[in-house]
Amino acid sequence: MKIDLKTNIKAIIARSYVRIVAANREPSWWFTETLLPILSTAAYVYVYKALNAPEEYTGFVILGGTMSAYWIHVLWSMAAQFYWEKEIGNLELYMIAPISRMSILLGMASGGMFLATTRAVFIFLVGSLIFKVDFAIISLPKLFAVFVLTLVGLYGLGMLFSSLFMLYGREAWHGVTLLQEPVHLMSGFFFPVRNLGFAVALGASLIPMTLGLDAMRQLAFKTGAKSGFISADVEIAALVGLCVLFLVVSKYALEYMEKLGKKEGRLTLRWQ
Amino acid sequence: MNLAVETFDLNRTFKLKKAKNKGENGNNNGKLIALENANIKIHQGELFGLLGPNGAGKTTLIKILATLLLPTSGTGLVDGIDVVKYPEKVRKKINMVSGGEHCGYGILTVRETLWMFSQFYGIATKVAHRRIDELLKILKMEEFAKTKIGKLSTGLRQKLNFMRGFVCDPKIMFLDEPTLGLDVQIARDVRIYIRTWMKENPERTVLLTTHYMAEADELCDRVAIIDKGRVLVCDSPQNLKKSLAGEAVFYIEIPLSVNGMEKFGQIPGVKQFAYEHKSHLGRTELKFILEEESAISNVTESLSGNGSKIISLSKMEPSLEDVFVALVGRGLKNEN
Ligand SMILES: Nc1ncnc2c1ncn2[C@@H]1O[C@H](COP(=O)(O)OP(=O)(O)OP(=O)(O)O)[C@@H](O)[C@H]1O
Ligand SMILES: [Mg+2]
Repeated sequence: MKIDLKTNIKAIIARSYVRIVAANREPSWWFTETLLPILSTAAYVYVYKALNAPEEYTGFVILGGTMSAYWIHVLWSMAAQFYWEKEIGNLELYMIAPISRMSILLGMASGGMFLATTRAVFIFLVGSLIFKVDFAIISLPKLFAVFVLTLVGLYGLGMLFSSLFMLYGREAWHGVTLLQEPVHLMSGFFFPVRNLGFAVALGASLIPMTLGLDAMRQLAFKTGAKSGFISADVEIAALVGLCVLFLVVSKYALEYMEKLGKKEGRLTLRWQ
Repeated sequence: MNLAVETFDLNRTFKLKKAKNKGENGNNNGKLIALENANIKIHQGELFGLLGPNGAGKTTLIKILATLLLPTSGTGLVDGIDVVKYPEKVRKKINMVSGGEHCGYGILTVRETLWMFSQFYGIATKVAHRRIDELLKILKMEEFAKTKIGKLSTGLRQKLNFMRGFVCDPKIMFLDEPTLGLDVQIARDVRIYIRTWMKENPERTVLLTTHYMAEADELCDRVAIIDKGRVLVCDSPQNLKKSLAGEAVFYIEIPLSVNGMEKFGQIPGVKQFAYEHKSHLGRTELKFILEEESAISNVTESLSGNGSKIISLSKMEPSLEDVFVALVGRGLKNEN
């Protein structure tokens, strides 16, 4: 079947539009999505200060807080999204449309990145200004590459979860909420992941955030490289691998789940 | 003549969970037969109605044709294309609107929502907005174009869902109870729109399910009556009503009486019997389809023997509802 590229691009844009609009249409969201992360980030900063931790830790935490805006967004607005869409009644409308389901997911992801970025930038600027973070950027292009790869990897992971959760109801929801805190710990949002030991850090590296944060710290702070897990270049290469992996696997997972759903009659929630 | 929809011995069974292993639909070994050897043919340009009680298999049939569900066996063709083998091709020709369901995101406006869905069909933005204007006008929704859909009332959201299907201009439209729960005026707008849309282009086809017999009678060129997964008859409403011409249909009101209704079906000369309790009026409405008119005396005797005072009695022209009662053996409303 020849893929109608033009229609699919239109679909991606249309689906991302929802989130781009959403970024500013509900002012109350700003409050929960920026103020609360800033508070929890600040809490870590003060703890580290009280413990007389090295100065860079403040920067590490601000960076972690910033990236955490993406992680929360991937969990709540990507991973469980198809399950929500099924509840709302949109999933079946996506399924009968003559487009690739990946386009819907890509639209959700690209719009989602935009939305989360508006939050992340805010957290980053406020955090850096209040706590006077001292950056020492080693390579801006690499830093940027890591950032982009981390996002692509994260949203790829979200797309994969979304396909898997498509057929599951409540379980999906619990699964997602279970992931939030352990990942916050294991991915090293608030401290260099090396402190967890090599084995744990390696396991946690399956989540793109782990490698991304570690590489960004190495590339943006003076003493970052010392506390790094493995070299930033290796991490970049691994991130590329993760991105490809998640995107490809999520495509197949999506096809498989759709077929299963059609066979078992679980693609739609209501049937009356 | 071209066929818009054609099915060959379409079957669909569902596995049942153990707990609710007691359905009525010919269920054996924990399986529920939702559709059994369904054969229907819908011509291009036809407005075709599917009528049947709850759980008859109407939605199941539509879902199979709309590529959302696989049949257990059998073949379905939409515009000549196999729905199982080439779902991507079928999807370019169809759309589906289910009554009582919602679509879109509360944060978008009505216009944005319609635009978004039109994009999934590759419609140029300009064309989409022109169609949206048209639809808003015909369905009297112009003043809500900029309203966020989260703020719409249920009826208006359903109208939106309806427009969502039509903005994509499908060749074959599946409408699953499009007027469900709509007030009289909105339901009328919707019916008028369906008819105008059909008239505009002779290639357009609609497959519609409904609980409202009068709606089917008024709208549809042909209807299929379906019960427990089986297609019982398929003909124009006129022909179906004519098939009852030999029989007499009587409508009787008695004071509300809840128990022992079934025995009225056993009265000699009664072919079919249905009832509906109107508790707010303190009445029970009975409908008898008699083999011949003279059998009404058996009915009145039996009712007075039962101590039921007859409030009113009238003979009626057979309606589509009577055809339904005669075939299915119960009314749409008195479900067991
Ligand atoms: N996904 C499913 N899983 C299990 N059983 C199902 C599923 N979908 C439908 N059924 C069952 O199949 C039967 C036919 O259902 P269907 O929805 O087609 O009926 P319907 O004619 O549309 O009824 P209604 O008038 O209430 O909408 C019902 O008994 C229903 O419970
Ligand atoms: Mg139904």
